[in-house]
Amino acid sequence: MPPPADIAAQARAPAATPIPTRATAGGHAGDRVFALTLVALGGAVLLVVGVVVLELYRVAQPALAKGGLRFLIDRDWDPVAGSFGALPFVYGTVVTSAVAIVLAVPISVGMALFLSEMGPPKLRPVVSFLIETLAAIPSVVYGLWGLFVVVPLLRDHVQPALAKTLGFLPLFRGPTIGLGYLAAGVLLAIMILPTVASVTTEVLKTVPPSLREGALALGATRWEAIRMAILPYARPGILGAALLGLGRALGETMAVTMVIGNAPEISASLFAPGYSLPAVIANEFAEATGALHVGALAGLGLVLFGLALVLNSTARLLVRLVARGPRAVA
Amino acid sequence: MKKTLIAAALLAAVGAGSARADALLVTGAGATFPYPLYSKWFSDYNKLKPDVRFNYQSIGSGGGIQQITQRTVDFGASDAPMTNEEMAKAPGIQHIPTVLGAVVVTYQAPVAELRLTPETLAGLFLGEITNWNDPRLAKDNPGVKLPDAPVTIIHRSDGSGTTAIFTDYLSKVSPSWKAKVGAGKSVKWPAGLGAKGNEGVTGLVKQTPGAIGYVELAYANQNKLSMATLCNHDGHFVRPTLEGTSAAAAGVEMPADYRVSITDASGKDAYPIASFTYLLVYRDQQDKAKGEALAHFLWWAIHEGQQTAPSLDYAPLPKAVVSSVQKTLSTLTVQGKPVSLAASR
Repeated sequence: MPPPADIAAQARAPAATPIPTRATAGGHAGDRVFALTLVALGGAVLLVVGVVVLELYRVAQPALAKGGLRFLIDRDWDPVAGSFGALPFVYGTVVTSAVAIVLAVPISVGMALFLSEMGPPKLRPVVSFLIETLAAIPSVVYGLWGLFVVVPLLRDHVQPALAKTLGFLPLFRGPTIGLGYLAAGVLLAIMILPTVASVTTEVLKTVPPSLREGALALGATRWEAIRMAILPYARPGILGAALLGLGRALGETMAVTMVIGNAPEISASLFAPGYSLPAVIANEFAEATGALHVGALAGLGLVLFGLALVLNSTARLLVRLVARGPRAVA
Repeated sequence: MKKTLIAAALLAAVGAGSARADALLVTGAGATFPYPLYSKWFSDYNKLKPDVRFNYQSIGSGGGIQQITQRTVDFGASDAPMTNEEMAKAPGIQHIPTVLGAVVVTYQAPVAELRLTPETLAGLFLGEITNWNDPRLAKDNPGVKLPDAPVTIIHRSDGSGTTAIFTDYLSKVSPSWKAKVGAGKSVKWPAGLGAKGNEGVTGLVKQTPGAIGYVELAYANQNKLSMATLCNHDGHFVRPTLEGTSAAAAGVEMPADYRVSITDASGKDAYPIASFTYLLVYRDQQDKAKGEALAHFLWWAIHEGQQTAPSLDYAPLPKAVVSSVQKTLSTLTVQGKPVSLAASR
């Protein structure tokens, strides 16, 4: 890490350049101070991200120096032998987040449609209040609930039923122990539901009434109006909502570690136990011995950072493409 | 205006500081396992000597070793002894054993008393024994009806001293465990599911039929878990008890620095998966007041303190260990001069 003086200098440096043009336009000293403050605040975000990445990279150096890019594709995680690979954790994080999104987005959209289109006006605030309350539950409570309610339910009922009906898919094979990717994905879906549902509701509220009324006036049923007029208009917003949910799913630690089984393995079956990036960092960091182990965990932090960056950028690109879609049609 | 505000704030800070400085504050950090006992000790000792206060942060053994190495705390605490590599970074460090802990094998099966030999235990955690009706389990438990049910192994997912002790034991008794897995706070488990903390392992074991896991003795006692009876070094089956844990410490030859593993100890009553927990202090203390307070406290801890240990499910030190720790404490120095422990005696 650079000494504090350097950080201060860096913080000031970007602030210095854009000010004169803006400030001369305003002229007041107050404006100049205000602009300077805002630029400094904006710059602080960049600075924080930069320092985090640099520090992670510095701590991860022993592990990265040993294996280089192999760190990303190695499947072995053995702290005793000093062999570290990130792949099982990346896989677990991606799979659980994907399960969560697949489950949560349709349900959230349904909820949002109920709240903005279909629900009785008197019921809407109650339901929306309840959904938002879900967001305030601490994740450790979700984890405990998952361990004692969701896991037995999956083990005794859902997983045997899935194995019987969809067992021909490799996704639903193997012993039904309850803990694993599926349990973590289901729990994450419930956890991101409030975020996705409330943002989607707000998005649906911005759909101009003229669209809705126009569709209905042309003889569309309620369903047709939703499908042909409202959802296409709201699609970029809904994707954005899913993106927010994805962000939370990727980084969720406590609830996931309690139900995922914490086994650094890669299995095609959703019934199998796995491990996620944040979970292993939280589990092993406090008692990690030696620079290599700590370095490998910091390396996982970098990987998580990179994964979030890649998924975020992809999703943003998707939003932009989708947003262009309806306008091109119109 | 601003200057006066800053001055006022500084004055307030100084005032608050001097008010708190009345009692001598000794800070420590480290192991979570002995934390309930240590906080009882600190509060008892504070009643005895109101002018000394202890502040202990249970951040884990690894953190404790790190902080005492950097001298950001006055004493550290660790379940596992420091490695040679760690010792080299903290010259002059002294291990002081305080109490003993043990690790028990807990299970969820319709078996009143489960007896395990070391080979069977290793076989279970290696994932070689996958069903309760395995002949090896049947051989250890003659006359017991074992169910036809799969075994689910539950282990700790977080790095922990409990895992270190348990895997240290398995490495001693099973060559194939030593070759495939080894010992450490986090290891690569050949089988099973991971759960966070003693409470996580207990929760999973309780609700998974056929599960076998390991937790601390204190935790198992307080939660009335079913515990397996283990075959010790001398071939006797012993139930996990505080007496058996203390007996394990009596059955090993104690090196001068107390850094010793007491798993698989010899002795008729010795419970095989036991370990010391340590406080870590520098042999030569820099701060006169703190150094003396610490030495007096340690003296108290290995004498009067031992009596409170069993009520909180910690095994007290055997007499032989207490007398050798006495000798060690009398060699502690403050700024190069020996500490007088006369007041404590």
